[in-house]
Amino acid sequence: MAGTVAMRRTAARRQPDTSATTEPTWVRTLLIVVSLIFLAIFLLLPLLAVFSQALAKGWEVYAQSLWDADALAAIRLTLLMALIVVPINTVFGVIAAWAIAKFQFVGKSLLITFIDLPYSVSPVIAGLIFVLLFGRQGWMGPWLESHDIRIIFAIPGIVLATLFVTFPFVARELIPLMQAQGTEEEEAACVLGASGLQTFWRVTLPNIKWGLLYGVILCNARTMGEFGAVSVVSGHIRGETNTMPLQIENLYHEYNITAAFAVASLMALLALVTLVFKSFLQWKTSQQLSAEELGYTGD
Amino acid sequence: MQLTLKERSVLPGFGLTMGFTLLYLSLLVMIPLAGLFLKSATINWSQFWAATTDPRVVASYKLTFGASLIGATINAVFGLIVAWVLVRYSFPGKNLVDAMVDLPFAMPTAVSGIALTAIYAPNGWIGQWFAHDGWIGQWFGPNGIKIAYTPLGIIVALTFIGLPFVVRTLQPAMEDMDSEIEEAAASLGATRRQTFLKVILPTILPALLTGFALAFARALGEYGSVVFIAGNMPMKTEITPLLIVTKLEQYSYAEAAAIAVVTLMASFAVLLFINLLQWWSRRYAS
Repeated sequence: MAGTVAMRRTAARRQPDTSATTEPTWVRTLLIVVSLIFLAIFLLLPLLAVFSQALAKGWEVYAQSLWDADALAAIRLTLLMALIVVPINTVFGVIAAWAIAKFQFVGKSLLITFIDLPYSVSPVIAGLIFVLLFGRQGWMGPWLESHDIRIIFAIPGIVLATLFVTFPFVARELIPLMQAQGTEEEEAACVLGASGLQTFWRVTLPNIKWGLLYGVILCNARTMGEFGAVSVVSGHIRGETNTMPLQIENLYHEYNITAAFAVASLMALLALVTLVFKSFLQWKTSQQLSAEELGYTGD
Repeated sequence: MQLTLKERSVLPGFGLTMGFTLLYLSLLVMIPLAGLFLKSATINWSQFWAATTDPRVVASYKLTFGASLIGATINAVFGLIVAWVLVRYSFPGKNLVDAMVDLPFAMPTAVSGIALTAIYAPNGWIGQWFAHDGWIGQWFGPNGIKIAYTPLGIIVALTFIGLPFVVRTLQPAMEDMDSEIEEAAASLGATRRQTFLKVILPTILPALLTGFALAFARALGEYGSVVFIAGNMPMKTEITPLLIVTKLEQYSYAEAAAIAVVTLMASFAVLLFINLLQWWSRRYAS
């Protein structure tokens, strides 16, 4: 998903547009208006719909819907998922990016393709593969049952499915960034006697921190919002294995529309916060990269 | 001479980090995916064929494929315009609009699903325009046009979900374009239209196709934003991912796996197409 969309670099400054390289004013205005209408219908309207439906019956009903025991349990579970999944995939992302970006080896592009695989697997299939492994009739089902271990329709299954879905996020942000930064600074640190970890903490990490944070933010948004994969493995047990998106679905199917949108409004807020962070971090990384480019030309 | 799989480097930690990466990748991604293929192989070929070509399943392929194709095409057209406007023109609030483009990535699919359903249901903000007494719907017979709970609703959801892909792949390609080639075209007597069609469009075509393919691939597997608005009627508005869930709920694991394998193969084919495109555009560039 986001990883396939390349990190935006600061492009070479364009020449000021002249009449030869731009369109007449009426064409420009028309295109801007068409874009804004299209985006308003497809982006702004759904966002407004969430909040207007959530508050349709007033603030009191809104607050009650959120102060419900099942809703609170769903919020807790979603936060727990973020606390488990995001750190694991962040550590993996950093380690994988170090191996891939800082060394030259055979089969590198194949490895990147494999890391990208979860992007092209339908969320439903991401859930399915873990049901096939750990479900009752799955490969390991009988063994798990005889040892009284529950994975599917329990929290470990939700963790696994979410880990799978968000697997590439951090790695995919870091690999192009670390490749662009090269290895000279790290080599200098190592030659001067720094250990591997010292080099990472003092040289690499300060260089990649904004990109890393960017990946973490995206990973977090997907972790908390994942629906398809989680819905297959969770079993929809209220108060136990319902994450926020699943709680939204349950409420919606019970025609408790206002409550469904109340929980949805929290998730929409999360999406908005994510977008704000994302824009800020994009600006930071592009600034850092262009500062480095300037540094090189200044030598 | 020794065959080197890895170039020498003074940096430490290759063995450890590569080992960990491969281990985690295998445990979390490769082995579970292999399990899917093995499961679909536990039934024989004629059962596999029957499971994946059942009329209800075929109807779901047609719907998923068709709606994804239309959604990706809408995105290719409007995404091109939006990316162009965001890269080339300036207007108040441009940065905000640019940031908003990522909303479908950031918004949980279930939230998008219920929001779109609320908008396009017959009594929704847009749905009512198309109802039998709406200002658009009244021209389309006694029932108007239903959007939610029909294939039209599925197209709307898939358009929403694929929107950022085209814009975000086109933007860097447009930013990297040299204005000199446009000036050259203009000074050689090309009209702006000719310059766009013969100079600009061919340059950004690989990016446009890549964005289209990414949006299409995402739409093929999309579940959360579609199931609420689709209505989920077998043979009519049932998408393939939903059918997989249905089979799973009926404990027909092997059938679910078989349909999943077909879906995965389709996604991988699109992925291969994208990689070929990128290889082609890189060769074209150098």
